[in-house]
Amino acid sequence: MARFGDLVDRIRSKNAGPFTVTLDVFCGSTEAFRMAKNELTRRSVAGIFHTRAEFVSRHELPDINVIKLSFPRPHVQGSRLDRDMHAAQFAVLLEELRVPNK
Amino acid sequence: MPTRVLVPSGVLGLGFDRDALRAGIARGPDVISIDGGSTDSGPHYLGTGRSKYSRASTLAEWQVLLEAGTGSGIPVILTSAGTCGTDATVDWMVEITDEAAKRLQKKLRVAVLKSSQTSTAIARAINTDRVSPLAHGPALTVETVERCQNIVALAGIEQIGAAIQTGADVVIAGRATDTAGIAALPILNGENLGSAWHGAKIGECGALCSTRPMSGVIEIEFDNEGCTVEPMAATARCTPESVAAHMLYENADPFELLEPGGRLDVRQATYRALSERRVRIEGARWQPSPTYDVKLEGAGPAGFQSMTLVILRNERYVANAQDWVGNLGKFLEGEIPSRTGFAPGSYSVEFRLIGINAALGSLEFKDNLPNEVGVLFIATSSTQERATEIAKLANPFLLHFPLSETEELPTFAFPFSPAESERGAIFEFLLNHVMILDQPMDAFRLAIVEVGNGALR
Repeated sequence: MARFGDLVDRIRSKNAGPFTVTLDVFCGSTEAFRMAKNELTRRSVAGIFHTRAEFVSRHELPDINVIKLSFPRPHVQGSRLDRDMHAAQFAVLLEELRVPNK
Repeated sequence: MPTRVLVPSGVLGLGFDRDALRAGIARGPDVISIDGGSTDSGPHYLGTGRSKYSRASTLAEWQVLLEAGTGSGIPVILTSAGTCGTDATVDWMVEITDEAAKRLQKKLRVAVLKSSQTSTAIARAINTDRVSPLAHGPALTVETVERCQNIVALAGIEQIGAAIQTGADVVIAGRATDTAGIAALPILNGENLGSAWHGAKIGECGALCSTRPMSGVIEIEFDNEGCTVEPMAATARCTPESVAAHMLYENADPFELLEPGGRLDVRQATYRALSERRVRIEGARWQPSPTYDVKLEGAGPAGFQSMTLVILRNERYVANAQDWVGNLGKFLEGEIPSRTGFAPGSYSVEFRLIGINAALGSLEFKDNLPNEVGVLFIATSSTQERATEIAKLANPFLLHFPLSETEELPTFAFPFSPAESERGAIFEFLLNHVMILDQPMDAFRLAIVEVGNGALR
């Protein structure tokens, strides 16, 4: 198994307003983009982030080899149970995802 | 005639490269525009009407920008003043501008645009069906509005444009969209509408769209067919990739951006390298909406907190930290109401295990053991006294609570005396809605003030 973050350029996560988190997966090549497309389905992403597949908005940007994923924050930004004000650490869950070697 | 907008940095207070600013000024921009705010640091700032950045760094940076701009006859725009863009932080920024102008021995005319909303006005808008939720959220109720300590509406290019058209030396605006302060002048000048919004989105975080994000300063040159973006630091470059990547930043949809009066659509946009550091952007479209909608932001109080940090270093306690916290939590669940008489539901306590899963909570999937575990105990209640009372009640148990009844009483590491710290009032974001206006200025106020001393510039 390989670490997903090692197969792509970089992954960032950030608030898109207080109610939404958005992840940008910069794949770096068409090959990595193809791999990431298969791994990051709405269903698999929902599983990683404990949300529902229908809440995950997913965009493919083949021109820049990017996959963009957005979904409601598990807790509204800065509310009592929120743990990560900028939602910037959510990206590690994709970086550390184990995926099959090609 | 193209319109050149110089953006010194993504936010006032973050710093910028002074040489890059000088290079940008030498090119003769039509306006200097910088943003001062964001919800990104959380609800405290909007809840309290205060700035995230220190007064000293805000003053120092603002003085440099005022000197650079007004010294060359270039208007300087600040939007979302003081992080949250309430009337209180706009007033704070006007007062800082007065001090900066006095230091520069200038008298400056300042157009002051205010964005704060009264709960009465929002309640009236609700009752006339002028408020609707974003992203399939719940409808806004008057009760929720009344819970807000501060509400702001986000200004667009119409309100910023009105402030620019006063001819003032400086514009200080309350909450506005990230793009409005950059797009306003190009749109007033009749430059390409889609590209004005698109270039503004690309430039809203300054050099974040370049290969050297911390250098801050970029220039966007808008014309009637598109725009060209270039970083001002000598060693920074904008590439089609670095620029296109910024369209994604902090935006859930990579192709559309909702703004007052319409939406930006970049599906047909192109990014083309004009040199190794300049990128040409064309093809974005502006789609006007049938109504003129402004976004609302509101934050209200959510109680008071006190917290205590205790560190577990003993190997057995590190290995069993989750059980320890689970047992201690159950124990306190009984002790707190029986000792204080506080009604259940009037307070809450929680533990965060630093070293185990403090950042991700239940999403954490790793189970490696750290050397030590920081246990952050957080008590929340309706008053500061009650929150602290709960933290004090928990104090001896956080220090000594054993894993088993038969062992000698353990003592963990408290780094502080007193062990608890008062966090004060906490706030929460309550609004995710838009409000329809008949006229863009309906929810905003514009005035001119003179600050500083000496001759008008």
